[in-house]
Amino acid sequence: MTAMHEADRATAPPPLSGLTVEQKRVAWAWAFLAVPILFYVVIRFWPTLDAFWLSLHAWNLLGERRFIGFENFARLMEDRVFWQVFRNTFLYLIIGTPVSIVLSFLVAYHLDRVRFMHGFIRALYFLPFLTTAAAMAWVWRWFYQPVPIGVINNLIADLGLPQIAFLQSTTNALPAILATAIWHGLGFQVVIFLAGLRAIPETYYEAARVDGVGNGTILTRITLPLLKPTVVFLVVFSSIAFLRIFDQVFNMTTNDPGGPLNSTKPLVLLIYETAFRSYELGYAAAQTVVLFLVLLVISLLQLRLLRDR
Amino acid sequence: MDELIRGFQAANPGVRVKHVHFPYADYRSKISTAMAAGQAPDIVQLYYGWLGDFQRANILAPLPAAMFPAARIESEFFPMVQAMKREGQYWGLPTAVRSLCVFYNSRLMRAAGLDPARPPATLDEMVEAAKAMTRRDGSGNITQVGIGAGMDGQDQHWWREVLVRQFGGTPYSADGTQVTYTQPEGQAAFAWYMGLYTDHRVTARQFMDEPQAAFRAQRAGMIVDGNFRIGALERTRGLEWVVAPLPAHRNVRSNYGSYWVNGLTRQSSGAKAEAAARFMAFITTPEAMQVWLRVTGELPARSAAANTPENTNSPVYGPFVAGLREAVATDFVDESAQRQIMIDAQNRVLLERQPPEQSLRVAAEAEQRLFGQHRRA
Repeated sequence: MTAMHEADRATAPPPLSGLTVEQKRVAWAWAFLAVPILFYVVIRFWPTLDAFWLSLHAWNLLGERRFIGFENFARLMEDRVFWQVFRNTFLYLIIGTPVSIVLSFLVAYHLDRVRFMHGFIRALYFLPFLTTAAAMAWVWRWFYQPVPIGVINNLIADLGLPQIAFLQSTTNALPAILATAIWHGLGFQVVIFLAGLRAIPETYYEAARVDGVGNGTILTRITLPLLKPTVVFLVVFSSIAFLRIFDQVFNMTTNDPGGPLNSTKPLVLLIYETAFRSYELGYAAAQTVVLFLVLLVISLLQLRLLRDR
Repeated sequence: MDELIRGFQAANPGVRVKHVHFPYADYRSKISTAMAAGQAPDIVQLYYGWLGDFQRANILAPLPAAMFPAARIESEFFPMVQAMKREGQYWGLPTAVRSLCVFYNSRLMRAAGLDPARPPATLDEMVEAAKAMTRRDGSGNITQVGIGAGMDGQDQHWWREVLVRQFGGTPYSADGTQVTYTQPEGQAAFAWYMGLYTDHRVTARQFMDEPQAAFRAQRAGMIVDGNFRIGALERTRGLEWVVAPLPAHRNVRSNYGSYWVNGLTRQSSGAKAEAAARFMAFITTPEAMQVWLRVTGELPARSAAANTPENTNSPVYGPFVAGLREAVATDFVDESAQRQIMIDAQNRVLLERQPPEQSLRVAAEAEQRLFGQHRRA
């Protein structure tokens, strides 16, 4: 028996040699994929699962976690600030996404026809996207200030008109911050739309023109339908971005974060404050779970509604 | 701190002190993970308002009573330090403390016909001075405020611990469990404060973004601020300013004090714990406090060390040192949440035109709920 084993070992093939070429490729692929998978499990999935578990506890970052069941979620349900923040988050989404998509499409559609300094103009539109969101937020914060330092209000006051309360108003502050966020993402969306427009074969347009079809019909019958994958991508992408808005709000309202009177506070900022200002980690985790579910449901809904039949 | 460590090590050969900085944002998580891993420091510094959390989490050990007798702490340190006493024992001692004063812009005072050598002594005089220094443009927009104000700055403390008491009230019950500022006296104090915006119109919400920015830009006649602002004002070129005590009202004086406190952790035992306690005693000596004042500008926590002729005669530090005697340290359960409640109280009046009385009642309800949540925790 022993001798046989030794003989076996002597002629034993190198590892993987019994596999087909296809199987070897799969094995190698898995070998390489194992690294990022392991990384993601440790850095992403494990903390995510831990957050779900943490949401059932009371914990102030010091000492032991105390299991309290669904108490955090019950508290969320009757927390007026949470519902206001929930509403704000959806306002960012339902105003921000359509406005930014329409705006960027209009810019891209017309920019596509401009030959003169096309690259330069496109670069100008893209420039805000390259800027750090925080830096841009502070510049806009300065624009929005009242007299004597605010750029916009100084202009208005010079014309003898009453000042506009931008960030100093519970109704105007959210749109004012949203404008900054839309401006920040516009360049990226324009570039994606331009790529989408360029991908539509020129022959379709030529055929349409030979048939004497008007510009409006070309837009609604050729351009828009063929842009659908681009639109789907941008809707999903920008929806997630608006649901997770933080930088602009935080930096434009640092002395009263998410204010005035919580009128601009998005979910992510509430989570941050609950966790790292009030040190209620369990409650913050419960808020995170809600945000996760909202993001999941909205993304799935959008993919379903907008996917090709 | 490094200078103090060198001094301690020279006097105590055989003991080595290692000084580690944590970024403020990670402070708690670092301490608690280090504690769980048995790697915590022997001494930690923490904001006084966090003491309750750290104590409940079993991170701190009480100061050894033989080395730090409570009676001596109470006779030698400023009264606000008594907030560190829980269950009959002291859990921490500060090296330095802070108080509030009014900073006046001398140039703007002179331009308004006021004498910087005689700053307002009462709240009424303060309002008159603020009126004299307020400027508006042709359409009535405020371009220079008499007083830079905002509950998002130091005004929350000025209102809570000073104005409320000066109008005859108390912000909280003696045991710290009940909000009491909605009694008529507290309401009067809040109405007076909001009157700076709505009646006297000597200030504006978030004017030039924040009070100290307006003051440094010479667009605010005065601000209520702490001694931690001195350095920034000294570095502002062309700014001429004087410091004066918080104005009195009906002959009542009060102040707000705050501090970072040194505490011993439960981690160390035996000789190490003994050395840690000795270091703690060293950094709370009058000599250490003088070093601290010289290097950081923060005021000594012992009254004898603070009340030296050099300190009390200083035109800049003198009024702050004087303020320490009557300074009260608020027993916060959640400083940032309680600050937010006052910001919102102010905003409801200014942005939603809610009557101050109603707005303050809403604030008190919110704060009382917060107390309830923290007692349960």
